[in-house]
Amino acid sequence: MRVKTHLSENMATKQLVMCLEGELDHHCAEKLRLRLDSEIKKSNCREFVLDLTNVSFMDSSGLGVILGRYKLITQKDGTLYIKGANRNVDRILRMSGIYSLAQKIEN
Amino acid sequence: MKNNEMHLTFPAMSENEALARMCASAFAAQLNPTIEEISDIRTAVSEAVTNSIIHGYNSKPLTIYLDAYISDNELKIVVRDEGKGIDDIDLAMTPFYTTLPDGERSGMGFSVMQAFMDELYVSSMPEMGTTVTMIKRIVRCEEE
Repeated sequence: MRVKTHLSENMATKQLVMCLEGELDHHCAEKLRLRLDSEIKKSNCREFVLDLTNVSFMDSSGLGVILGRYKLITQKDGTLYIKGANRNVDRILRMSGIYSLAQKIEN
Repeated sequence: MKNNEMHLTFPAMSENEALARMCASAFAAQLNPTIEEISDIRTAVSEAVTNSIIHGYNSKPLTIYLDAYISDNELKIVVRDEGKGIDDIDLAMTPFYTTLPDGERSGMGFSVMQAFMDELYVSSMPEMGTTVTMIKRIVRCEEE
């Protein structure tokens, strides 16, 4: 299964919201990385929201994609927010310690 | 629960990561696991297979062997490749350690397998391959 992305820039809140959908594994990691990077690089927003509500599966390859995007966003002096992770996705995110870097938006 | 087994071979292509975790979780379903337990198994299998594809075979489409066994309430999953092997298993299992830092690998694969399964054993021989054995006990198994 591929990961779909839906991005929307809210000029009022200056937030780029990146909604992912599907299974986030090694197979789709590279494509997703390229897609997110191009959007993050051209965006004028400072706040980036990764919405994982519709991500049904994620393993450590997906974690690698998220950690990499965190680095890119901080290089732009931006802030990463993560929302909507299901139990399993959230467990992997917690194991990585990313919540001490990115901010979690509680549902 | 009767003893049972499953054997699956497939080329080390990333397209087969989803196939491997689906087959493993469908096989495990006989043990009447919770949704959380199924999810743990899917994730651990995905990690082991991804390791074989990326590290074992450097993405060359050679064969990965996935064997699963049910014995009483215990699920054993063995993921084996005949790839380049792991030089230092303890180092490879260290959280956040990766041999491919530029590849955006998180280095959390073995940590996830360890956290999501009850037992994890890794054996490896340079240039001979790597075998990952994982055990999960399904405690809610109901008698038929």
